[in-house]
Amino acid sequence: MRTAITMNITDVLILGRGGQGGVTAARILVSAAMKEGKWGQAMPEFGAERRGAVVRSYARIGTEPVMLHSAIKQADIIMMLTHTILNQVDVTGIAKSRSTKLIINSPAPIKTELPTYWVNANQIAEDLGLVIAGWHVVNTSMLGALSKATGLVKLDSVMDSLEEFIRGSVLKQNIEAVRRAFNETKITTEAEVIA
Amino acid sequence: MQETIQRQARKVLVGDHAVAEAVKLARTQVISAYPITPQTLIVERLAEMVDNKEINAKFIRVESEFAALASVYGASAGGARAFTATSSHGLFYMYEMLWWAAASRLPLVMAVVTRSLGPPWNIHDEHTDIMAIRDSGWIIGMAQNVQEALDMTLAAYKITEDSRVLLPVAVGLDGFILSHTAEVLEVPSQEVVDGWLPPRDPHIPYVIEPGGEPITMGNMVKSDAHHMLLKKMMDEAMDGAKNVIHDVFASYAKLTGRNNGDLIECVNCQNSDYVAVATGAWSGDIMKAVSDLREEGYNVGFLRIRFLRPFPEEAIMDVASRARGIIVFDRDYSTGLGGIIAAEMMGLVPQSVSFKGVIAGLAGVDVTPSEVKAAIKDFIDDAERNGPIRIRKTWLMQKMEGGKP
Repeated sequence: MRTAITMNITDVLILGRGGQGGVTAARILVSAAMKEGKWGQAMPEFGAERRGAVVRSYARIGTEPVMLHSAIKQADIIMMLTHTILNQVDVTGIAKSRSTKLIINSPAPIKTELPTYWVNANQIAEDLGLVIAGWHVVNTSMLGALSKATGLVKLDSVMDSLEEFIRGSVLKQNIEAVRRAFNETKITTEAEVIA
Repeated sequence: MQETIQRQARKVLVGDHAVAEAVKLARTQVISAYPITPQTLIVERLAEMVDNKEINAKFIRVESEFAALASVYGASAGGARAFTATSSHGLFYMYEMLWWAAASRLPLVMAVVTRSLGPPWNIHDEHTDIMAIRDSGWIIGMAQNVQEALDMTLAAYKITEDSRVLLPVAVGLDGFILSHTAEVLEVPSQEVVDGWLPPRDPHIPYVIEPGGEPITMGNMVKSDAHHMLLKKMMDEAMDGAKNVIHDVFASYAKLTGRNNGDLIECVNCQNSDYVAVATGAWSGDIMKAVSDLREEGYNVGFLRIRFLRPFPEEAIMDVASRARGIIVFDRDYSTGLGGIIAAEMMGLVPQSVSFKGVIAGLAGVDVTPSEVKAAIKDFIDDAERNGPIRIRKTWLMQKMEGGKP
């Protein structure tokens, strides 16, 4: 019988616009963690799905089964599927500390109050033919960026998890997108900042 | 044993799909459901499984929740292993049939995704819906995570079909925060489940078959006194179910390595001055609060109610007799009374022991470990200064934008 619960958990907040696949990204992340012997949980933001609005999803990754079910209000890692929501979100308010890493899909280096890693996931989607019904598919590639920036899960674990969620011909492109995003993710340095 | 445990597959499933997986592993023969909001992913996934022939079951799509329960009732009377799932308003649409199913002493398993009841319209988590069936004769369990949603559903078949029980079992899982949350879990193999849960014996409790012995079901009995006797027998079966539930989870633990208790789960609840009590998915958040308080030097434990019926009276009395104070968190309420678990427990807690009931998290309101921690701390500090204090009902309200409505 347990005497206490281990709370060695990494909290991840994924922000994007409704329809960008943040919930699926959280599930792929948990699946990748499971492949490394870890435990985890992926929660959507509850309520009606709203295409285009800012939506959150959460993931908790731990070395033991995750027992918590309350919402994550402040995270260790923030992943943003588009830079266009940056002015709608108080990033320091949702960060656990000033060392919380922000991983963001942006066409150019971008500066925030947090250590910020950027990758042009839209460009990767365009290059690989991953623009579907006018939407750039970036939820998968951004997990490659998260892997590079944080090491929370390995690149191979992310790539190996995709087939559980993506069927058909686009699987290959998604795997390639994850690999490219991993390789192209950079931390924003003072000299580069344009935004 | 170790070999068996290793044969489990780790997967990532939402709570609803974990229940569907358990229904499949149990080789359920008849599934019936009405596909209306708020239905769940459980029957959606089961419908896919039937379509793909992953499970050899009849799926009956009926015209209402009433008919959903009525048709599995019929299937069970015919000797089949049967399952349905529902939620909030759908459960209430079944209300009359719930009593017929229980008093007919038929083995059935039903998943209840717990949600708020309208108006105002809201499909977020709350336990009031499942609490409202607690007098009907159903055994009622509440899962705390996706793993337990699967484990408890499998165990439910073993419990309901036990000839000492023969009462239907409802397995509750919190709406959204379990039903739609994906978690890593371990799924036992079909082979292992087959060895543990044999096919249902269609002759228990009775069989209706062409040319067989004629029986009547639900007809008037010889006298009202006989009717009352049947009620007493149901109550005795419910009491007897306590041992069966204990044994079923003990044997399941041998199979899987997982044992989270029987009617209750106790985390330092028998050797602590103060004990927090709750049921369902927020238990982990409350345990986190308790764990943090222990680090600060508070002598506090946690008691999780796994089964609301049969009510774990003996376990509660045992814990209460050793404690200085009990604080109960209810995600449910009975208007005009208060939190339902608090109301049911208070009489079992001696007058010399401090007691407080807290209603929180209704309508899907998120409750954080830090809010729970503050509430427990307040209670302990108050009880230490002024105890014994006895407060059956308090409301933990969140700050609202724009102040009070």
